[in-house]
Amino acid sequence: MSSAFPAMKILQPLSTTRSPEKPLFDLLKSPSSFLGSASKLRFNAQKPSPSSSYSSSCHRPSTIVAVSDVVKEKKTLKSNSSLSNLLITKEEGLELYEDMVLGRAFEDMCAQMYYRGKMFGFVHLYNGQEAVSTGFIKLLKQEDYVCSTYRDHVHALSKGVPARAVMSELFGKTTGCCRGQGGSMHMFSKEHNLLGGFAFIGEGIPVATGAAFTSKYRREVLKEAGCDSVTLAFFGDGTCNNGQFFECLNMAALWKLPIVFVVENNLWAIGMSHLRATSDPEIWKKGPAFGMPGVHVDGMDVLKVREVAKEAIARARRGEGPTLVECETYRFRGHSLADPDELRDPAEKARYSARDPITALKKYMIENNLVNEAELKAIERRIDEVIEDAVEFGDKSPLPSRSQLLENVFADPKGFGIGPDGKYRCEDPKFTEGTAHV
Amino acid sequence: MLGIIKQKARCGVFPSSTVGQTLQRVRLSLFALRNYSTAPKEMTVREALNSALDEEMSADPKVFLMGEEVGEYQGAYKISKGLLEKYGPDRVFDTPITEAGFTGIGVGAAYYGLRPVIEFMTFNFSMQAIDHIINSAAKSNYMSAGQISVPIVFRGPNGAAAGVGAQHSQCYAAWYGSCPGLKVLAPYSSGDARGLLKAAIRDPDPVVFLENELLYGESFPVSAEALDSSFCLPIGKAKIEQEGKDVTITAFSKMVGYSLQAADILAKEGISAEVINLRSIRPLDRSTINASVRKTNRLVTVEEGFPQHGVGAEICASVIEESFGYLDAPVERIAGADVPMPYAANLERMAVPQVEDIVRAAKRACYRSAPMAATA
Repeated sequence: MSSAFPAMKILQPLSTTRSPEKPLFDLLKSPSSFLGSASKLRFNAQKPSPSSSYSSSCHRPSTIVAVSDVVKEKKTLKSNSSLSNLLITKEEGLELYEDMVLGRAFEDMCAQMYYRGKMFGFVHLYNGQEAVSTGFIKLLKQEDYVCSTYRDHVHALSKGVPARAVMSELFGKTTGCCRGQGGSMHMFSKEHNLLGGFAFIGEGIPVATGAAFTSKYRREVLKEAGCDSVTLAFFGDGTCNNGQFFECLNMAALWKLPIVFVVENNLWAIGMSHLRATSDPEIWKKGPAFGMPGVHVDGMDVLKVREVAKEAIARARRGEGPTLVECETYRFRGHSLADPDELRDPAEKARYSARDPITALKKYMIENNLVNEAELKAIERRIDEVIEDAVEFGDKSPLPSRSQLLENVFADPKGFGIGPDGKYRCEDPKFTEGTAHV
Repeated sequence: MLGIIKQKARCGVFPSSTVGQTLQRVRLSLFALRNYSTAPKEMTVREALNSALDEEMSADPKVFLMGEEVGEYQGAYKISKGLLEKYGPDRVFDTPITEAGFTGIGVGAAYYGLRPVIEFMTFNFSMQAIDHIINSAAKSNYMSAGQISVPIVFRGPNGAAAGVGAQHSQCYAAWYGSCPGLKVLAPYSSGDARGLLKAAIRDPDPVVFLENELLYGESFPVSAEALDSSFCLPIGKAKIEQEGKDVTITAFSKMVGYSLQAADILAKEGISAEVINLRSIRPLDRSTINASVRKTNRLVTVEEGFPQHGVGAEICASVIEESFGYLDAPVERIAGADVPMPYAANLERMAVPQVEDIVRAAKRACYRSAPMAATA
């Protein structure tokens, strides 16, 4: 990667004594602003970029930025809400509610199915964190990318993967979104631009950064008009101590990639408390160290998350670069269905259960006369039917056939590559006979 | 027999610590004479590993344990249960999720004389730290011409578990086994686990200790000798689990159990199989394997990992180099399927060797079966 952009390696923090007339380096021939910040830096004194208030690669900003102020403002608005100051319309509210209920009902059904033996292996449930997934993903378009970890069922559902496909994948059936070959931790969907599904924490962050890189590359190097896809990378508090996280924060800020790093800080990494594992537990502070805004938001409140998400995603879409959003949230169940969950204090669990995002949204909508109980009940019933249907579909689906074991190892059917005629070599009978020219 | 043992005890041939064991054995044999059935002590692999860690940590204060969830969570698979309470947070470290980081820290500590035991939640996660295992640990003694030795143990579950998908199921025996400077051990039974882990911790070189998650809960009878706190198994020696004369089956870790089951099935068909538990992937016990093949003239290697460049491939090459004239049939290699581990339960069963596969291969080696195409 770095070899394609040699200019990046030589970039040093600019000293203010350098005069704008004198070019930084002569090698910088390409006019493309993708090479970055380098071309902006050359003329830094002459054309201050509008985004320099947030960050520019050459000096680090000193404070956390305006985004959290946006949230604070909206918060006060919310508390004395009159109709014109509401954060959502009725339709948006119903959409958010439905998505969160879908996530919750699906995960509860997963637990049931696991204990009945229909699901196996590692299953990590998302109960309690729905506000983060719904708050962010519902603002995305189909072309935007989502990259997640093993706790990915609800990210898949929010992104649009049908509940049937996810459920039958969990059952290990051939109608699953990955034909039963991936499983709970490895959900991929090309159609919905869901990049996975990675079991190794920290693994998804560089992949997400790569997706953001692609969208920027397409726009600026390949000149594809209108390509402004944003990537969301979801990961947890434990991941924030992993080297890959810091490496990607650096590169995303350096190249102003259209990505939002969403930390789902649920305070626990299996049995390891965030406070025991991290020298500075405030993860949002790590953003400005790399030159991007860091925002802290209450992840149990879908409306607050949505406000922050709007700003972060819009920022990325405008080309101003990445944002680090720390959502303080909580998982109501253990790390996985095999985790006895003995180390967490029941008082802590009770405190967070009282802040259940679904109940909170319901309360907000009813208090502000956006909906009535009956409409919400109708949604819940509809979701129950969707889940039941998904389970039935999964049950009835066939197991993968024996021949599927060896399929999909390569994109190229037998792994022999493309021949000089442009077709797969394995289709050339002479190749397999050993008489073809290699 | 009783008289002889008593005589020996009086002559002081046995050191005092073993007299107790001898008397225990004597008691057992007396019971046997009276037709009482006393079961020998059974221990799960988990308990064996836990007791080995416990004993080594109490014997040597330089030994410490580092890894994810090894302390308060009692170990991700409960292997280090009770160790935090006993030895405190100064010797049992819960780490953040930074494999590269804490492996490096462990290697650095080992350079300066401490004896770390680094636990990987599974060996798949060791890939994030493999630079330190190979470059910092394995190669150091060589690069420094003997000045720096690295007495470190990397341990954790290896290979497939049940339904955990492609990223959690790879077997790393072949990868680590190809690297000079590392010792690679793969225990099967509780006795193996105890003896080999103790040997590994006492060893002055880096040891990769490959356990198996599905074996943790299995119970094996352990001899009184194995329960002794100075019990150590030699590194680099394989064990002949069962003697036979028709075909040699080599295996390690979970596959030893499958091979023993296969040997029982083969015995009913008149084929006497010799099952070798490799115990040590590096250094590989070529002399035992070759001696066995020279006796039986047929070889089946069994492993769970990917077939290409696997442990079986190395054994096959070794046997052909040293005992080619003694082979009566081509070497049969049983390995996992050449695909990333699928998630669906039926596909996963097909991707890992089963007892029937070993039986079929042994029969093929003995020319007792239908041609391979028919059995595929």
